[in-house]
Amino acid sequence: MRIELEKRPQASKLYGFVSPLLALALTLIAGAIMFAILGKNPVEALDAFFLEPLLEVWSLHELAVKAAPLIMIGVGLAVCYRSNNWNIGAEGQFTIGAITGSILPIVFTEWHSPAVLPLMLVMGAIGGALFAAIPALLKAHFNTNEILTSLMLVYIAQLFLDWLIRGAWRNPQGFNFPESVPFPPEATLPAIWEESGRAHWAFVFAIVAALLVWFMLKYTLRGFEIVVLGQSERAGRFAGFSSKKMIWFSFLFSGALAGLAGISEVSGSIGHLQPAISPGYGFTAIIVAFLGRLNPLGIIASGLVLALTYLGGEAAQLSLGVSDKVTRVFQGLLLFFVLSCDTLIYYKIRIVWLRVRGGVA
Amino acid sequence: MSLSDVPGSGALLSVQQLTKLFGSFAACNHIDLDIAHGEIHALLGENGAGKSTLVKMLFGVLEPTEGHILWEGQPVSIGSPGDARKLGIGMVFQHFSLFEALTVAENIALSLDDSIPIGRIAEEARALSRAYGLPLDPHAHVADLSVGERQRIEIVRALLQNPKLIILDEPTSVLTPQEADKLFETLFKLKAEGKSVLYISHRLEEVQRICDRATVLRNGSVTGACDPRQETPASLARMMVGSDVATVTHPDRGNKGDVQLSVSNLSVSARTPFAMPLKDVSLTVRSGEILAIAGVAGNGQGELFDALSGEYPVSSPDAITIRKKAVGTQGITARRLLGAGFVPEERHGHAAVSAMKLSDNLVLARSQSDRRAFLGGSFLKVIRRGAVKTATKRIADAMDVRKSGEDPAAGSLSGGNLQKFIVGRELDRQPAVLVVNQPTWGVDAGAASRIRQALVDLARNGSAVVVISQDLDEIFEVATEIAVISEGRLSQPFPAGELSREKIGLLMGGLHEGKTASETANAH
Repeated sequence: MRIELEKRPQASKLYGFVSPLLALALTLIAGAIMFAILGKNPVEALDAFFLEPLLEVWSLHELAVKAAPLIMIGVGLAVCYRSNNWNIGAEGQFTIGAITGSILPIVFTEWHSPAVLPLMLVMGAIGGALFAAIPALLKAHFNTNEILTSLMLVYIAQLFLDWLIRGAWRNPQGFNFPESVPFPPEATLPAIWEESGRAHWAFVFAIVAALLVWFMLKYTLRGFEIVVLGQSERAGRFAGFSSKKMIWFSFLFSGALAGLAGISEVSGSIGHLQPAISPGYGFTAIIVAFLGRLNPLGIIASGLVLALTYLGGEAAQLSLGVSDKVTRVFQGLLLFFVLSCDTLIYYKIRIVWLRVRGGVA
Repeated sequence: MSLSDVPGSGALLSVQQLTKLFGSFAACNHIDLDIAHGEIHALLGENGAGKSTLVKMLFGVLEPTEGHILWEGQPVSIGSPGDARKLGIGMVFQHFSLFEALTVAENIALSLDDSIPIGRIAEEARALSRAYGLPLDPHAHVADLSVGERQRIEIVRALLQNPKLIILDEPTSVLTPQEADKLFETLFKLKAEGKSVLYISHRLEEVQRICDRATVLRNGSVTGACDPRQETPASLARMMVGSDVATVTHPDRGNKGDVQLSVSNLSVSARTPFAMPLKDVSLTVRSGEILAIAGVAGNGQGELFDALSGEYPVSSPDAITIRKKAVGTQGITARRLLGAGFVPEERHGHAAVSAMKLSDNLVLARSQSDRRAFLGGSFLKVIRRGAVKTATKRIADAMDVRKSGEDPAAGSLSGGNLQKFIVGRELDRQPAVLVVNQPTWGVDAGAASRIRQALVDLARNGSAVVVISQDLDEIFEVATEIAVISEGRLSQPFPAGELSREKIGLLMGGLHEGKTASETANAH
């Protein structure tokens, strides 16, 4: 017996829709098996992980807080991946964006103005874009592999933040804790709906970014250029598009969104700079982008799903007493199943029972 | 059927009701075929007729869905190319499977199932190649060999197994007429020894010249079995295509106008290690002219197209002028805006993006030249889907593009229909200059004649056309002037009436001559 993959004449529309759902279902089944092996009741565990966080208003706010950076980074990455540029370093661009955005409230503590917050956001976006310009430059002019360079820059960014917080930017009144000075109110991203929870404007930014990118990809010549260059560099060249310019555009664009996510997270959720500002948003956003089929509207949905895995991980830690590494396991399972279920969009599976052979063998 | 005079039992290979399904699509549909001992049997058919699928089943690459294969009267199941070789079937593929960095002998050794010392292989290869008139130096590196010589490696590799049946897939598509003649001599030698040859081709005059019998396929079914010498090219073409093929009406050579495209002393160094540098190329094309550039594949055609289209601009602005403007350093968009249109050789991933719709593939080539019609929303550059769809439909109607649905993905069209669309996409603009590389490569006869006629009509209406082609029949059909490209050099142009096939053949091989002669000496 052997299993054959038979190429479909056209990508299946049905499976384009079913495949992410199938991947979710398979993730839940694999998760249930994992909980069973850990000696927990799988039904209870999955309930605690995936349902309970959705039942309370405050945790819905938390969901929005966690989903905002995932969606913002995810739509930027979608532009990159659609154009065949593999930016894996969003975590680093997120970190640098957080640092450059924090210059005003940490260094210029005496300056109080309503312009501080908008300037912080702009500076964060510029910082992220500039950091993403490094792998872009290396790829466009030296033909280096952007997957490696952008990934390695993540560690540089994280160690730079660590050095900064333990050194120059440490709060003198902070009892030697590695933390910056707390941000003043005018440097804090306000909550959307203060009375019910702490979800802040980053979530609105994320939705707006997703809608704008969706419009760009679907309706404009720029979006067309992104898709053409992603499918075939040669055809893009024939169309008069430059793949070099696209390297720059996609990296700067996704870097800016990651940087904006970074400063929004620090300014809206944390309130000061510290060595650990992200539970791996930049990496999880890669899963978000693919689970959302690299479509900004899909990314909004997948960003919420992945945000739930973070909340579920925290909840499972409390109620089940399992490690929060479970979160990473679920995210990994999800990416694995998403990528494998995508095969069904382009291929049919056939099982061939081998006949008994006569003649020569 | 005329097959009845050869009983299946006496045949070397007999195929009965062989069927291959891909999903619900029958690539081969109940095919019957008999190959006798010592005959050259032609398998005729257009692209997509099922020829390749059939021989892949015979060579054990694909598994038949239904039907039987009899080898010398015994039913056999051929599970792998190794099985096929053990039976005595050798195959020479259309696309060579050779490692360029290895020597001839090493490449041959790789294909043998048993381990034989390389020295002995080299000796045997040398002896065989001499015996069959296929001079070959076993110690030469493949990268240094011409396409014709590479094909010889494949043939010698097949012959080393001492097969009873040799399958050749479109062997002359990469050869000059002289190289093809040599190949035919070899095939006659094999035939005289009692070996059989299954010869796959869509070139009718070739088949008539060398084949004893022919089986014609269309849409996966046998539509005729005949003695090709008793048929006319028209009757063979009818069996292949299913209807009469329109002949291209020859252009009148009266009204030539101004120079629209000129190239002077263009030299371009090779971009990649396997590219061919262009050396001192000059040409001029006036309105009303069709300059055809003949040549064997890989002699700089692609590089010339890249330089003309501006996909890879050249260093000197004056090297290329379009409508009196120096454009050498400018890109493809600037050249399009001057009224030039381009059709590259490769349809998928160059001229078109297979996964995108036809209307998107229209935007691909014309987003800037037709920006007033196709783009709106000022700086946002929103694509006007309505206008694009209307234009797509207009082109599809004008060129008779057969497609499923209103706006299908480019990849779902057959090669001929997609090519008609790609050519029509440029013709729809009435370009003053049109550069086409291999306009009918892998295209069915009906579509090919339609495309050629469109090129002739375009020139007649006052455009300047450059056709780069490997197909001499096509060149004679459309050209008003003919030049030949060889090793990156372009010959002077000749008026189409003054060149014979033989003369072109000599020019095509032109710069190879010395090299081939020295290797012949080497091999002896």
